[in-house]
Amino acid sequence: MSDTDKGVAVRARGLVKHYGTTRALDGVDLEIPTGQVLGLLGPNGAGKTTTVRILTTLLLPDSGEAEVAGHDVLTDPDGVRRSIGLSGQYAAVDENLTGFENLYLVARLYGQRKPQARKRSRELLARFRLDEAADRPAKGYSGGMRRRLDLAGALVAEPSVVVLDEPTTGLDPRGRIEMWEVIEQLVATGATVLLTTQYLEEADRLADSVVVIDRGKVIARGTPDELKNQIGGERLELVVAAAEEVPLAVRVLAEVGSGEPAADERSRRVEVLVDTGTKALVEALRRLDALDVVVQDAALHRPTLDDVFLSLTGHGTTEEVPS
Amino acid sequence: MTALAKVFSDSGVITWRNVMNVRRNPEWLLGATVFPIMFVLMFAYVFGGAIGGPGGDSVEYREFLIAGIFAQTVAFNSSYTVIGFANDLQKGIIDRFRSLPMSRFAVILGRTTADQVLSVVVLVVMSTCGLLIGWRIRGSALDAVLGYLMILLFAFALSWVGAYIGLITPSVEVANSAGLIWMFPLTFVSSAFVPQESLPGVLGTIADWNPFTAAVNATRDLFGNASPAGWPLPSGWPAENAALYAILSSVAIIAIFAPLATARYRRVASK
Repeated sequence: MSDTDKGVAVRARGLVKHYGTTRALDGVDLEIPTGQVLGLLGPNGAGKTTTVRILTTLLLPDSGEAEVAGHDVLTDPDGVRRSIGLSGQYAAVDENLTGFENLYLVARLYGQRKPQARKRSRELLARFRLDEAADRPAKGYSGGMRRRLDLAGALVAEPSVVVLDEPTTGLDPRGRIEMWEVIEQLVATGATVLLTTQYLEEADRLADSVVVIDRGKVIARGTPDELKNQIGGERLELVVAAAEEVPLAVRVLAEVGSGEPAADERSRRVEVLVDTGTKALVEALRRLDALDVVVQDAALHRPTLDDVFLSLTGHGTTEEVPS
Repeated sequence: MTALAKVFSDSGVITWRNVMNVRRNPEWLLGATVFPIMFVLMFAYVFGGAIGGPGGDSVEYREFLIAGIFAQTVAFNSSYTVIGFANDLQKGIIDRFRSLPMSRFAVILGRTTADQVLSVVVLVVMSTCGLLIGWRIRGSALDAVLGYLMILLFAFALSWVGAYIGLITPSVEVANSAGLIWMFPLTFVSSAFVPQESLPGVLGTIADWNPFTAAVNATRDLFGNASPAGWPLPSGWPAENAALYAILSSVAIIAIFAPLATARYRRVASK
């Protein structure tokens, strides 16, 4: 790697991949500065997993180039493999082996000697709160435990780049939060992470920057905040006590807001986009109070990444794209 | 570590993993032994009287049968190689291996080796069963060991074919049958159960040149087990050089399928 590239752990340029006549990737570029978390976001079939498979040497691109931890994925795949840890979409755990044996197996295959492999496996089991279940076959593990074991497997050789392909897909809310905590600890140790996810909340919580892909193309990139700012400011939402006061509230919100208010008589809810944040909220409440309008509920919402996604693609994150 | 040492070290680790898998699922061993024991009993006692020929001695037939059954049993074990790979593909374990800085070849060598460990266990059970129905080793102990090694070598070769099949089948369900179908013509159009001279026309020629026939004949010979009296003796180069032909064809099968399976492994994608 040349000196100017020092700060970049993963770089991909113009990745293209076809499956038959389907263009799964259509010129994807991405870059991850060392020590940062990049969230690769997109619906099913957008090309997330294809990108991951190319960056982890499991798949050759039709064209384009990629470098991971200074190693070219095309000319030095073994160098890439020595520097990365991959935790896949489906926990690649051998369920007939115990948790300890699973990690020991991976450690040995990374070339660690027996005593070192044993020590490292025990360390990771403790760190991922699997030490109690360490010597039971993984068959009996919960979904969350399997994912943690799979992630531990990816970290055996202390890789400088960790690739997490949909680490929480299919987990229950508790398993998801546990997984997030584990990933946050990992990030704190300074690893560079490529995280793919369908969950915007996940990217929002874990990622320093986000690349949104849809149908094999990058459609947006930036920090989660930048993306949210792309679709404007916050949304001010009020619920008034009486239905007949809704028109009054609409008039007030039209004055303080930056757009056309939307109202729903039945739920007595009025909302409007605002540029000035809490100032607008306070101003709206002051004016309504002066008009003797009783406000039951008031809230200021920052746009979620879901809103961003919807405005970028014209379809939600859950829509299936034929693969 | 040199590249070659890494191949052997990785293969050892993979073999360990696969053997542990069998140990944690002893019911697999049950399947692998009960099936062949049924075969022994069916051929020895159901077909034995008829195949043994008019006035043929069923005891003589049983002695003839055992080498064939042993060879068939370990040959069928290659279907475990097929299913093993299909399973690992489905569960994403192959992806994990492929993302590791390990030898590609070792993943397959570790599997085919582990399957021979399974074959040894099965042969011990089968031999006990054979002894119980009157089979005896008539030759020297050394020859007997060579006989066992002969069928293990052949089974090892078939295991590489199994690896290739396992890596090209689209699902575990397909692997289940794809691993077995070709076993039937391979092991039945041979000298395993009947005198190969009794097979008609083309089938006879196929049986004569079937490497499986050679492996069975060589093993039978090393065990010192004769054909029942009055059976036509096989002739031709493969029959007269059974051991040599069996070894050569085993080596040829490995030489063809090891590179094929390894090349396939490099490109294969998990389901």
